[in-house]
Amino acid sequence: MRMLFALLLLAFASPLSAAGPRLVTDLSQSRIDISYRFAGAELLIFGAIQYPGGQTPKDPPGIAVVLRGPVDPLTVRKKERVAGIWINTQALRFESAPGFYAVATTSPIRNLLDERNAAIYEIGLQHLQLSPATAADPETTRRFQDGLVKLRTSRKLYVEQPYGVTVTDRILYRARIPIPSAVPVGNYRAEIHLIADGEVRASTRAPVIIDKSGFEREIYLFAHERSLLYGLCAVGIALALGWLAGSIGRKQT
Amino acid sequence: MDLYLPIAEMSVNALLMVALGGLVGFLSGMFGIGGGFLTTPLLIFYGIPPSIAVASSATQITGSSVSGALAYWRRGQVDMKMGMVLVAGGMFGSVIGSFLFRWLQSLGQIDVAIGIIYVLFLGGVGGLMLKESLGLLLRQSRGEQPERKTRRHHPLVASLPMRMRFPRSGVYISPFAPFLVGALVGILTVIMGIGGGFIMVPAMLYVLGMAAGVVVGTSLFQIVFVTAIATILHASQSQSVDIVLAVLLLLGGVVGAQFGARAAQRLPAERLRLGLAVLVLAVAIRLAISLTWTPPELFSIQTAF
Repeated sequence: MRMLFALLLLAFASPLSAAGPRLVTDLSQSRIDISYRFAGAELLIFGAIQYPGGQTPKDPPGIAVVLRGPVDPLTVRKKERVAGIWINTQALRFESAPGFYAVATTSPIRNLLDERNAAIYEIGLQHLQLSPATAADPETTRRFQDGLVKLRTSRKLYVEQPYGVTVTDRILYRARIPIPSAVPVGNYRAEIHLIADGEVRASTRAPVIIDKSGFEREIYLFAHERSLLYGLCAVGIALALGWLAGSIGRKQT
Repeated sequence: MDLYLPIAEMSVNALLMVALGGLVGFLSGMFGIGGGFLTTPLLIFYGIPPSIAVASSATQITGSSVSGALAYWRRGQVDMKMGMVLVAGGMFGSVIGSFLFRWLQSLGQIDVAIGIIYVLFLGGVGGLMLKESLGLLLRQSRGEQPERKTRRHHPLVASLPMRMRFPRSGVYISPFAPFLVGALVGILTVIMGIGGGFIMVPAMLYVLGMAAGVVVGTSLFQIVFVTAIATILHASQSQSVDIVLAVLLLLGGVVGAQFGARAAQRLPAERLRLGLAVLVLAVAIRLAISLTWTPPELFSIQTAF
């Protein structure tokens, strides 16, 4: 009878992680609409850890929650003083910098994972795989990479929250990811990793879409798809407003 | 009140933008200028991406100049013939400007280039204006008569081929001269997001030697057309015109301009010109400082190219 129960359990567990724990996850919203009132948002990522046999371990589990935005190539430039004026001299191109990247963990990343594993799963701002495309020595590349991370961090596009994940009863986890108003639109991905003994034991993903909606979307599409007409309309609106104000002002005086 | 800008892709304080438009509008109504040289740097300082600040500022100037241009036209103070030549030059210049803009963008020097051009032009024109209005005030305080102008137009203008009569402006010069003035202003409109009145008006007076009565009206006439063309060029080439931002600036701007114009009637013209000179120089000095002082952030990110 006991044998049969164990077999049933095995059959229910997925074949890949037959012996390991599983992660179940959900999001407060899988779509974030940018409307004219959008001034940033907060995404709640939560879920539960399913342990084989329902046995919770003695040590509190380590969880890393990552939300990453669409990847775009970009150029980082560095200013230098030339003849008294600060101008851009050096430039380094990165092929795959995420437009948004937030990571929340139960404790600082270096306490959870070693460098190698953190780099494999791209957990932490220091471990982003940005794919530098310009030939430069490692030290220069590092400096530019740090510059990029610092700039995006100051604009709240790159976020690291060392104690951002709370775990209840060693089973339930949740993290709140702040999303600034300057967030790029596109397809996002939430990744949740269960970490124990310096290794990732289980992972799961959930897609998130951030897109403009309503009026904002109409304007954006109009500007990009029928740009000449958009320009003419912009001129028309400006002329009408200016003329209107002028004629009102003339009547008053 | 936060409002999300669809093209700039960021949220701004809408009331602050209206207030910014209103302040610039007040100054422009008072001094008879478009005020783009204030709007663009202020928008960039607020955090709007430079290309969007430049493009949307051009759209705003179209709106803020049209009522002035119409008012001068009704009073017969627009030289249409001269205006057409200036507009033609402006069209030519704005196309060159848009190529120049994209070339500088691909080099990654657009922000530095905008800064240097601003400092050179604002510093130069502001310095000349300050010198002249101080000299005028000094002579007035001594009770001397203002100097008579001895020269009609700049000797270089006379060396250009093909002369044409511009009766309203009272000049007989080669059309290439106003065409080149218009072209230079057109380049600056596209790159800097300014109307260029503060360059065009002195150029019309001292280089072309036009009659003072038609100078401001004709310059406004050119500005309306050339900023409209610049808007269309920016919109179709780089989709950088944010109409929501432009409307916010205009809402404040058109109201501010009415108050500014009323305030100007109570102030003597010489004082106004001195005030404008100081304002232009202050912007130039502020920008020169940001070019030469060690910036707080050495790195910058460019997503396109």
